[in-house]
Amino acid sequence: MYRYIARRLVMMVPVLLGISIIVFFIMELIPGDAAQAILGSYATPENLARVRRELGLDQPLVHRYFIWLGNILQGDLGRSYILQRPVLDEVLDRLGPTMLLAGTSLMLAALFGMFAGVVAAIKQFRWQDGLLTTVVLIGISTPSFWLGLMLTLVFAVELGWFPVSGMSRVVGGGGIGDILHHLVLPSVSLAIVATGVIARLTRSTMLEVLRRDFIRSARAKGLNERSVILKHAYKNALVSIIPVLGIQTGFVIGGAVYIETVFQWPGIGRMLVGAIQQRDILLVQGGVVVIAALYVIINLIVDVLQSVVDPRITV
Amino acid sequence: MSGSVRPRFGAGLRRFFYNRLAVVGLGILIAIAAVSLLAPILPLAHPNITDLAMRIMPPGTEGHVLGTDQLGRDILSRLIWGTRISLAVGLSATAIAAIIGSLIGIVSAFYGGVIDNTLMRGIDMLMAFPYILLALAIVAVLGPGLFNALIAISVVNIPFFARNVRGATVSLVRLEYIDAARLSGKNNFKILFGELLPNVMPVIVITISTTVGWMILETAGLSFLGLGAQPPTPDLGSMLGDGRSVILTAPHVATLPGLVILVLVIGINLVGDGLRDVLDPYLRAGALVSPRPATEVDAKLLARKRAEKADDRRAGESEDGNRKTGAPGGAQSDGGDSGQPDGDAQSDGDGSGHSDGGAPHISELPLSVRNLRTWFWQRDAQIHAADDVSFDLPKGRALGIMGESGSGKSVTALSVLGLVPTPPGRIMDGSVAYYGEELVGAPLEKLRFYRGNRIAYIFQNPMTSLNPLFSVGEQIAEAVRRHQPVTGEEARAKAGELMDMVQIPDARRRINDYPHQLSGGMRQRIGIAIALANDPDVIIADEPTTALDVTIQAQILRLLEDLRERYGVSLVFISHDFGVVSAVCERIVVMYAGEIVESGSVEEIYRRPLHPYTRRLMACVPKVGSRGAEMDAIPGLPPALDRLPAGCRFADRCDMAIEACTSAPVPLEEHANGSPFGAREVRCIRAKEVTV
Repeated sequence: MYRYIARRLVMMVPVLLGISIIVFFIMELIPGDAAQAILGSYATPENLARVRRELGLDQPLVHRYFIWLGNILQGDLGRSYILQRPVLDEVLDRLGPTMLLAGTSLMLAALFGMFAGVVAAIKQFRWQDGLLTTVVLIGISTPSFWLGLMLTLVFAVELGWFPVSGMSRVVGGGGIGDILHHLVLPSVSLAIVATGVIARLTRSTMLEVLRRDFIRSARAKGLNERSVILKHAYKNALVSIIPVLGIQTGFVIGGAVYIETVFQWPGIGRMLVGAIQQRDILLVQGGVVVIAALYVIINLIVDVLQSVVDPRITV
Repeated sequence: MSGSVRPRFGAGLRRFFYNRLAVVGLGILIAIAAVSLLAPILPLAHPNITDLAMRIMPPGTEGHVLGTDQLGRDILSRLIWGTRISLAVGLSATAIAAIIGSLIGIVSAFYGGVIDNTLMRGIDMLMAFPYILLALAIVAVLGPGLFNALIAISVVNIPFFARNVRGATVSLVRLEYIDAARLSGKNNFKILFGELLPNVMPVIVITISTTVGWMILETAGLSFLGLGAQPPTPDLGSMLGDGRSVILTAPHVATLPGLVILVLVIGINLVGDGLRDVLDPYLRAGALVSPRPATEVDAKLLARKRAEKADDRRAGESEDGNRKTGAPGGAQSDGGDSGQPDGDAQSDGDGSGHSDGGAPHISELPLSVRNLRTWFWQRDAQIHAADDVSFDLPKGRALGIMGESGSGKSVTALSVLGLVPTPPGRIMDGSVAYYGEELVGAPLEKLRFYRGNRIAYIFQNPMTSLNPLFSVGEQIAEAVRRHQPVTGEEARAKAGELMDMVQIPDARRRINDYPHQLSGGMRQRIGIAIALANDPDVIIADEPTTALDVTIQAQILRLLEDLRERYGVSLVFISHDFGVVSAVCERIVVMYAGEIVESGSVEEIYRRPLHPYTRRLMACVPKVGSRGAEMDAIPGLPPALDRLPAGCRFADRCDMAIEACTSAPVPLEEHANGSPFGAREVRCIRAKEVTV
């Protein structure tokens, strides 16, 4: 197990390098250059030269990449021109709310998705299956940002059960109860698509697993359906579901961009949208690098989880 | 080539239209596409004309069916024009992603090596980003705008195409026909686009069907964030974004565009599901129907059984109080080693088909199968998998069931405890009795009580019939715990003993091994250990050695033989291989096309096979235990089990067939008596002529 984790950690290095290269070169694609983009078209030549020097843009490309990489590794993601504060500080401030939102949504999606999928599979062709399949179809077809608005309209505006938006801070706000209260609508909106995807996958995987020989063996032992389905079939279905949980994490983190905007959630997604609109390129870059790195770590966790479930995965 | 594609295409089309939901989806898409295509000629207000006097009018306003937005623009018109744009952008993004991604995938797989490695590592890198994040980064660099959003969304979807298409191509590139194409002098370009591309087309279509919905959602999303379509362009996403600011006063402004997106994407997903059903060979094989816990018993048969049982009970109340009430714990709870029938005189000992005198009463037989008929019910066919099968198995004896694959031998065996998958299986008629206790139509709880307890199975392929995710010790212990009141610790100890019993060396250590860590022979020993876990009276071994090497086969056979002698278990042994059957069994039943065609002692059948099929089957067995010789050994194929001939089912392949063979059903007739536990029977009108 530890050897497996160690190996996966080593394998992360090239992926992280690759991410850094992609981010770096995407940023290089900016028409004109970053200095121009930051200062706008009315910038004076002196200012442009100063910013270029500050950003190291007067150096050759590869050289610049390594300087940039070195800075990142030291935690220096540059300074946000709009906010006038280090990018890293801003990103870290906003990482917590995003992780809280995405984590909650993912948990909801995994729980409800797998539950719905298992129920639909064992009630195949009955009304439960039909109902769940329909709900899931609508779920995966719904624009999450629209759903967020609709939920706000119904549950916040009309019924007044939840706040419309505006959680200001995770720490030091109104305590856990307040956070949860603010969390319900955004996390549900964000979870809905992932729930649908997981439910569909769980259903089809369960149906496929239930046809395998070892299920017949389990029944031939006289086991009841509970053991057959929840122990033998479900654990095997997990082998297919866990990697998709990893992929869905990516979708949920990405989808947080919309939901944070709808609910004015103080996370990285909303920060990115603002930064893009204001062309605060370094802030965008910092946010993307940190989230991508986080995602790599999440995928590592998913892989480890997979190896726990499936003994066939070895070093 | 095209000749073979066309009928399949037609069949696929039929399948697609058979799927009602897919047709609904297609209808939605066609309607939406038609309206948005016709937008320029529809009598609509211009989508961008503002009218500040008519701001935020509710739906139903004169001249504005769906009302107006905060600039007084007609919402219906903007919806239709917006749908047009969303569709155009979504479809263009899909086309770009599909073309570039597929190209990368196909080239990568075809050339392999460095090219493959470089391209696929690049794709991996793209996939290392959370989906929408990368699109945001690209938009950040290119600047907001509909065209830039299109590019961003295309790029982030390229990996899905590249990966799927590469996967499909890799498996094709290894096939011979690609080599043949190369040898025939076709250049790489022709092979790539003439041979490979058409064959991976289904994969591309499947990938499109899953991604196009996302792409439309993401396009709308970017516009919603203000990063896609810029004002005043009507786009569903940006309309939604605009509507947000007036959501409290005029909710319809934001609600309507969202609804249109929802309906559009639902349509796409429905059509996508329909397409996948048609194109995915895995789904086409019907993989998505899971079997029920027990084989279905035909309703009429079930009603008859219940009536008989009620009669029985009435008759029995006078003589014996504790008779079969159907309660699982009732019968045979004493560990069952002696298998003493509990004075349960199942009244109707209908010995139909067997008439040799002195045969044991049904209540003394661990297993008695009578006129068993199990069919597979398919959409437009009934497969007569097992037809009118009868046999008896006395205590401690071994019966072999022999036949080609598809002869019904496994179906017969699985019918005993309702393990034939339903759908499609259904037991249509007959009875299966364990010491007189009826199992066909028995409640599931009762079947479960017998399963693995009094009657246990050993299956063909120990690789697939053991659960890969649980240790072998746990899988044995589980069987023990199901039927014996022991603690987990005791069950584990028992598992260790059982592993010793089936001669697994170093059992104490191997108990924690997983199936994949054991060899085929060892795995089958685990299968046997599971079968032995509760000292069953009957073991049904369904081709237990077929998946094994010849030497291992011999060891497993010896083990089975040994265990049978030691514990007095009755054995049903199923195989296509006479050599194997004769090594273990005393009596053989030969099956063909769902019917018993011959039965008798191993010696009799060996010396003088009466049925032409048996002779053929035995003629192809000189190499004892050779694998895979099942099908080709006898020229011709068995009849389709849903269109059985009126007469002898073997007549088509038989060199002795005469006219009388095909005109009427041939009965299974007693040929001689004196065989062990059952008569010498044959289903052939020319059996008397056999003189060998």
